[in-house]
Amino acid sequence: MIAKRIIPCLDVRNGRVVKGVNFEGVQDVADPVDMARYYNETGADELVFYDITASFEGRGLFTDILKRTAAQVFIPLTVGGGINDVSDFERVLSCGADKVSVNSGAIKDPTLIDRAAKRYGDQCVVLSMDVKRVNGSFHIFAKGGREDTGLDALDWARDGQERGAGELVVNSMDTDGVRQGFDLELLSAIAGRVTIPIIASGGAGKKEDFKTLFEAVPQVDAGLAASIFHKKEVPLPELKQYLASQGIPMRILRM
Amino acid sequence: MIAIVDYGVGNLYSISHSLSFLGIENTVTNDREMLNRADKLILPGVGAFGDAREKLRDSGLDQILIQRAKKGTPLLGICLGMQLLFEKSYEYGEHPGLSLLPGQVCPLKADIPADRKVPQIGWNALRFTGESELLKYVREGDSVYYVHSFYAKNAGCAVKAVSEYGVDVPGLVQQGNVYGAQFHPEKSGPVGLKILRAFGEVAAC
Repeated sequence: MIAKRIIPCLDVRNGRVVKGVNFEGVQDVADPVDMARYYNETGADELVFYDITASFEGRGLFTDILKRTAAQVFIPLTVGGGINDVSDFERVLSCGADKVSVNSGAIKDPTLIDRAAKRYGDQCVVLSMDVKRVNGSFHIFAKGGREDTGLDALDWARDGQERGAGELVVNSMDTDGVRQGFDLELLSAIAGRVTIPIIASGGAGKKEDFKTLFEAVPQVDAGLAASIFHKKEVPLPELKQYLASQGIPMRILRM
Repeated sequence: MIAIVDYGVGNLYSISHSLSFLGIENTVTNDREMLNRADKLILPGVGAFGDAREKLRDSGLDQILIQRAKKGTPLLGICLGMQLLFEKSYEYGEHPGLSLLPGQVCPLKADIPADRKVPQIGWNALRFTGESELLKYVREGDSVYYVHSFYAKNAGCAVKAVSEYGVDVPGLVQQGNVYGAQFHPEKSGPVGLKILRAFGEVAAC
């Protein structure tokens, strides 16, 4: 039986993890390499590094962090942020990433998905989408959620799969930050249109939200969150134990 | 020293990092001399079987692998690298493998219920079906990380551990000095490291 995955997401800017964290004595910002190592050891099933660096120098720091993390972390590593071309795939894969997540770059030029999948395999291409309700339908937003593309999210998900995306990250802008649970309506709708693995993002506030997610939408394979893990409001090992006790298939690390 | 065969496919460095982390001397190489001298060999790989097989053939590295494996050098194939060890693959056509292990590589899709996703991506528990030195530090029920759309069939008693995915997927195979892991030990956390550590401890020939 394949386990449901729990994935912490690290937003990295200028070499540090952004968002308030309360992490092993480190306040506010933390060293992403330390955090990655901590998650590796406490049972995270995968890690996502998101590069929110704007400057050239920041990108250099990110590359360095990625290399140092990959040398010490032995779970799958996905990298996203600023991926606009196949050369960006090359850049992060050569630093040790296993998968690459595309978002705005794929909206701008959807053939990026085809080209990357052909070159690196479907399993390497993760299509990440920011979705928000507009006049009763689900729209795809670009540029970090700032721009309504008018694209229908369900069509885009399907299109992404057909072009060769191996996994889908569905981030609901409506539930993100609200902490009242994942966007089950959106996730069910997407699940009805694709057969590739779906990673749910946005809305987790407590451990029960993950149980509800996996029970209500069984096609969802993974739950992703950031600050609730970093701040230990929902400590990751505890969450996995809880879900396993509730009958959700989990990978539990045995020492 | 373990040589990780570089034939232009896959993320070789994560395997190298894992071995280095464990203090096991290793090198990523396509140098024939090095491959002929190494104590042990690891054949990695992601992507398509036909493509990978062609690269191995064109570079002539396939002959080194076959010769060394037949002489008793421990060889570990990982993911596509494991699939290449079998007789044949039915991935987009029909391709001959290295024939170091009995069996064929077939599409998962044809043999599993329609509601199971392909590729299988994620962590799945191992069930032991035989004995292998590579499992000496692993406990039954430990999970490992898979990413694959094809799997080995008719491998007989070479199958040492399986994971259930609508069908019993051979996870770890071994026949003599030839080993294969369908999952990625280098991405399987502490459990994967235990498997690599065990490979590091296999007696070299």
